[in-house]
Amino acid sequence: MSAYDFLIGPFAEFSFMRRALAGILILSLGAAPIGVFLMLRRMSLIGDAMAHAILPGAAIGYMISGLSLGAMTAGGLVAGFVVAILAGLVARSTSLREDASLAAFYIVSLAAGVTLLSARGSNVDIFRVLFGSILGLDNETLLLMVAVTGLTLIALALLLRPMVLEFVDPIFLSTQSRIGPFVHLTFLGLVVLNLVGAFHALGTLLAVGILVLPAATARLWTVRLPAMLAFAVMDALTAGYLGLLLSYHAGLASGPTIILVAGAFYLISIIVGRAGGIVRQLRPRSHFRA
Amino acid sequence: MPAAITLENLTLGYDRHPAVHHVSGTVPTGSRLAVVGPNGAGKSTLLKGIAGLLRPIGGSIVMTPETRRCLAYLPQAAEVDRDFPITVHDFVAMGALRRVGFFRPFGRAIRIEIEHALDAVGLGGFEARILSTLSGGQLQRVLFARLLMQDAPVILLDEPFSAIDEQTVQDLLGLVSRWTEEGRTVVAVLHDMPLVRRHFPSALLLAREMVGWGPTEAVLSADNTIVARRMVEAIDRSAHICEQVA
Repeated sequence: MSAYDFLIGPFAEFSFMRRALAGILILSLGAAPIGVFLMLRRMSLIGDAMAHAILPGAAIGYMISGLSLGAMTAGGLVAGFVVAILAGLVARSTSLREDASLAAFYIVSLAAGVTLLSARGSNVDIFRVLFGSILGLDNETLLLMVAVTGLTLIALALLLRPMVLEFVDPIFLSTQSRIGPFVHLTFLGLVVLNLVGAFHALGTLLAVGILVLPAATARLWTVRLPAMLAFAVMDALTAGYLGLLLSYHAGLASGPTIILVAGAFYLISIIVGRAGGIVRQLRPRSHFRA
Repeated sequence: MPAAITLENLTLGYDRHPAVHHVSGTVPTGSRLAVVGPNGAGKSTLLKGIAGLLRPIGGSIVMTPETRRCLAYLPQAAEVDRDFPITVHDFVAMGALRRVGFFRPFGRAIRIEIEHALDAVGLGGFEARILSTLSGGQLQRVLFARLLMQDAPVILLDEPFSAIDEQTVQDLLGLVSRWTEEGRTVVAVLHDMPLVRRHFPSALLLAREMVGWGPTEAVLSADNTIVARRMVEAIDRSAHICEQVA
């Protein structure tokens, strides 16, 4: 087997592989930067809870009109925004134990979603909703992903400065401008949009992986924000491509394999990462004179 | 001297329980006022109120709209996320937010201003450093550099010198007196009484109620200090509605 057959052949030969690759690459461009900000705001776990919370909404959409893109997207968006606002309230009111309420919340969402789905659908449908159907992306779904990523990148470009301010020093921002709460809500909205986009490819259980893993990996290599954003995007793109390739050649489930490849990058980075990896911490390089 | 800030029978508090109770007085433009008092006396609450972060539950804070829009506030142990990957340059640049806005790039002029501000706080050459690599005292000086960038007519400082070494305190005090020369108004919450006596011509002694407000020596008299110490720190859950008028 030539290198071409191995690296490019599957995508040249099968249109479902090309669509899957396009989908995951488009998603990565928007989801990875959002994941970086999610991590910097210490909200990775909230993102996870939000991803699960999309499920009941999507399930209700499914009950109404089957595996339709529009109904499931709309349901997911509504449920996601409701939770985003609740999570925002939780994050802002310190009197609540955040971790406990979130854990309770997302496990209930998951149970509700699966129950709703099983009331009408087959096991195959449940499997698709939980783990995605990246090999079955149609044109409409790809267009949805393009829209999500486009909107995300435009919003990030416009709101980068107030967002950094709101994350670094919210008190200062509130003495300078009333934009803080708007920035916070817009950011949560972007998280929901990207989770819903990723939901179609990776399912409700894995969607958050494409946000969280590249961000955590990037953090282990650099302490500068622009480099971190670029690194996370590259990491997600690479994991997407290699994951699809691996799943094709080894006959594995595609969505989980992509996340596993991103997970492998993360594990490697924990060990050898330049900014805080274990090796660097255990065996510091020789120090400078001053 | 015209008043920069006027407090009119001001009551600030949380959950209807007053933390600052019926305080009246004026801060003249260009003056330097120290706010002193025991723990829980409402000093930080007062600054939050003036900064517009806390709505009065009684009375009012009078300022020109211009002052209100432009005042600079340095909170106690500022709630800065020190782990956020931002450079000192970008952090200090925030001080120019009002002038530059959210979308325009920071020009050359601002960059030079940032250099000067960092020089003024003794951190020249720190532009490219990441915030998380700074010590506590260095961070405090970076916050002062950001204050310089704000170019504000009224500056509120909440315990600006806590946990800072003597030399740095002297440097920062130099900045504060230069602000006075430039006609800016400074209100600072402080604990170090000798420092207050040496550097702040007027003082406000708070113990939830106002104990004294005027020339520092008179306010910090032995009698006043004893009164302040008798303040009850605990909130009385069964307190009656306050009917004091002024």
